[in-house]
Amino acid sequence: MGEVIVVTSGKGGVGKTTSTANIGTGMAFMGYKVALIDTDIGLRNLDVVLGLENRIVFDIVDVVNGNCRLRQALIKDKRFEGLHLLPAAQTKDKTAVNPDQMRDLCAELKKEFDYVIIDCPAGIEQGFRNAIAGAEKAIVVTTPEVSAVRDADRIIGLLEAADLRGPKLIINRIRPKMVKQGDMMSIDDIIDILAVDLLGIIPEDEMIVITTNRGEAVVLDQHSRSGQAYRNIVRRILGEEVPIINLDEDNGFFNKIKKFIGLR
Amino acid sequence: MEFITKLFGRDSGSKNVAKERLRLVLVHDRASISPQMLEELKLDLIQVISNYMIIDEANLEVSLDSSGNTVALVANIPVKGMKRAAGTA
Repeated sequence: MGEVIVVTSGKGGVGKTTSTANIGTGMAFMGYKVALIDTDIGLRNLDVVLGLENRIVFDIVDVVNGNCRLRQALIKDKRFEGLHLLPAAQTKDKTAVNPDQMRDLCAELKKEFDYVIIDCPAGIEQGFRNAIAGAEKAIVVTTPEVSAVRDADRIIGLLEAADLRGPKLIINRIRPKMVKQGDMMSIDDIIDILAVDLLGIIPEDEMIVITTNRGEAVVLDQHSRSGQAYRNIVRRILGEEVPIINLDEDNGFFNKIKKFIGLR
Repeated sequence: MEFITKLFGRDSGSKNVAKERLRLVLVHDRASISPQMLEELKLDLIQVISNYMIIDEANLEVSLDSSGNTVALVANIPVKGMKRAAGTA
């Protein structure tokens, strides 16, 4: 029996879909059977992030309406046998699916997959209700900005009200230099405020843009820090103890002096 | 002074502004309490206060009041009479 995890954030554009794609791909790379569900009906994007947009025949609304069987709507990934996507419908809206149907769908997928990962839409309305209905665990994605952290706080409250306790946090798009200068909230600042467990941090990285342009996942890139960060997150979800990567470059006293007098 | 703060890397940057603004906004965001919790709080209050004084339970009001940068629990509890010693009926 697999596990159902929802990836949510409240605010849009903080990296839910990117995180879902990379966690799923990372798990598949390690040999797990993974189903990804895009619940952003009307604004689907997980398909393009995974580079699977040309293979869609049926979608989640077709499945819950009985227009096709679940198996027919699942799209197999290009590279990994174990990775499947259930795409959102693009021409309907969030009301085309209800929480009961989502619960049934997740229960069905759990039988066959090790992990079912749900990409939640932004907002706290029906799309959010649908996305969390069948989930057993939650991952909250935020960035070091006032607006994103505020929304994350709201989402954490709503998750707990829905009995999804102990959500884990991903802090995305950290810029170590700005943190060091005191111009960006640090990991500790955010954890202090939100009082949840940290699942991982992702540094701001151009490779995310480059891999997403190609419809590939940065988690497979062995050279980038963001790829390493996603691999660490995957291993933590799988139960391994992996230390949080240290984003600080050399921070010694002499380097500070050198930097100050302009030698660096 | 600026020299010293720069040298020792004291964080005088904008993140402290962000943290403080976030703290305030969350105080307000989190200041909502479910009607059920408020009801439980009321019952508990009645129980505790009844050990010391006789109160008008029907007209007891409890609410959260957020203004400025603080949130206060405001309780209006009409007292009908005092008890002679704590805990006696």
